[in-house]
Amino acid sequence: MAKESVIEVRDLVVDLKGNRVLNGVNLDVYRGEILGFVGASGAGKSVLTRTIVGLLPKQRGRIDVFGVNLDEAGEMQRQEIERRWGILFQQGALFSSLTVGENVEFPIKEYLDVSDRLMTEIAITKLEMVGLKPDVYRKYPSELSGGMIKRVALARALALDPEILFLDEPTSGLDPISAGDFDQLILTLQRVSSIAVFMVTHDLDSLHTICDRIAVLGDGKIIEAGTMDTMLASQHPWLKAYFHGVRARSGLKAAASN
Amino acid sequence: MTAGILLSSQTRGDWIELSAAGSWTAEYAGAIEPQVDAATRDITARSIAINIARVEYLDTYGAWLIERTIRSWKTQGREARLVGLREDYRGLFEKVHSGTQTLSPPEPRPNSIIATLESVGRTMAAVGTDLVQLAQMLGSLLVAVKRVALRPTTFRFTSMVHHLERVGWRAVPIVLLITVLIGAILAQQGIFHFRKFGADIYVIDMVGVLVLREVGVLIVCIMVAGRSGSSYTAELGAMRMREEIDALRTMGFDPVEVLILPRILALVIAVPVLTFLGSMAALYGGGLVSWLYGGIQPEVFLTRLREAVTSTTFEVGMIKAPFMALVIGLVACVEGLQVQGSAESLGEKTTNSVVKAIFLVIVLDGIFAMFFASIGM
Repeated sequence: MAKESVIEVRDLVVDLKGNRVLNGVNLDVYRGEILGFVGASGAGKSVLTRTIVGLLPKQRGRIDVFGVNLDEAGEMQRQEIERRWGILFQQGALFSSLTVGENVEFPIKEYLDVSDRLMTEIAITKLEMVGLKPDVYRKYPSELSGGMIKRVALARALALDPEILFLDEPTSGLDPISAGDFDQLILTLQRVSSIAVFMVTHDLDSLHTICDRIAVLGDGKIIEAGTMDTMLASQHPWLKAYFHGVRARSGLKAAASN
Repeated sequence: MTAGILLSSQTRGDWIELSAAGSWTAEYAGAIEPQVDAATRDITARSIAINIARVEYLDTYGAWLIERTIRSWKTQGREARLVGLREDYRGLFEKVHSGTQTLSPPEPRPNSIIATLESVGRTMAAVGTDLVQLAQMLGSLLVAVKRVALRPTTFRFTSMVHHLERVGWRAVPIVLLITVLIGAILAQQGIFHFRKFGADIYVIDMVGVLVLREVGVLIVCIMVAGRSGSSYTAELGAMRMREEIDALRTMGFDPVEVLILPRILALVIAVPVLTFLGSMAALYGGGLVSWLYGGIQPEVFLTRLREAVTSTTFEVGMIKAPFMALVIGLVACVEGLQVQGSAESLGEKTTNSVVKAIFLVIVLDGIFAMFFASIGM
């Protein structure tokens, strides 16, 4: 079966404050896979994510989402695409003046014409799917812990049953157990609804356990993309340091002993 | 993609089978919901099955609608089941099925009279706590002053100068502009009405006394409360939200000494200076209008002003200024430190800071008026 690209980035160039951050990035994200996206801090991982979702302007290149060139998409078409992706921001980015329930219902209310009853039920279903109890529904984000905020943010990102999920460092700031749970959660949800997950992460455990493919950003380009085995076999100095460093080795051992 | 539909039922033996087809997805959920509601309502058979073998696409929305229908049949004591579940949708159904949907009922809303009384009561209690908090802040400020006085090297001089520039120096143009206008308007109104009695010349007395005793300092304080009090509250509030204040505390610093003392001291120095400049500008504005609009020559204005105004008049205005500055600073800092996690709370506290500061400045002005009257100033 030929793999179908949901995101296709071609020759992307992005400048930020006069610095060339991305210089000719080529990247594909296929339907139904979890793509782990790594790179040194400041290499431009977030810039690429933000450029794909349209928060940053690009200088050159092409971004196709669901086979539609975002530059040529009209407003309606663009909205249609935005409805089909969900984004989990690093800090959650929940609306602090709305309750948890209202946060999850927000995209539903804006995009779909459904009854209030169904909207509430879907919001609770989503909250339960990400492993929260229904009573968080009426709480405010400021009453939640960091891990719960991430889960609520994930529930909001999933509110419209997206086909692409962007995750920006989903496990950062979580304890290893919660991070592991969160990884499993993403994996389960991804298997359940076969969405494409584009995950920026530094968590080697996440890369080992849930990512189907890994892409590495360095010097403004994708220096390697493939499975974990490709990464481990690579001779690129940065990749060697990353995947064969002390932390990586202990992570690998742990993964192997499981 | 075709919209999801629930086809008509077929009787099979002693049970009824409903078959679903099309896309049961978020997009069509609004249209599907009435169909499943109707099915729940209208079908009276004892045993029901939903066949979803012909569903093309299914997501959480569709899965939940089917799950909900089955649940409501079951709660009516009927037999209901799902047939034709494709393997790739099994996980989704299990996820949706495992949800409990038990939402605790919202807190009952008390009736409106009790709610009103309650809110009045809470507001009155809040006034009390506000005063206590202001007193507490004043207390910690005095303790910080004492500590700094014993060890003057610990005083954040740079920080104070920085705030002095922000609340004092940079406020000068706008304060001058507004007070010139206020002075001019006072004089114009005075001349317009006094002229009927041939008492134009007393406009100078009115403008002089009013500006120096009351208007100068009040206008400046209101401006400062809006301009600097609000920014103090927002700054301290944002620092609290980002745990900067907790960080200071854990490093062994007193936030009052490091953040609040330099800010309030800067206000206490800046406001009297601004009051002086503002009062002079208002007199200038009044003089200008008296000359151009009322035909009172500048020399006459100055001579009359000298007779109407004594140094006491000037002192009354100036004495009030540092106290009002203190009140503005205290209110701004108390409110800033009360900011909770949300953006809304920051906005609310900033508004509160300005409203309370202006209110208290005017109350303080009234108290001063009584005080000066009783000591004959």
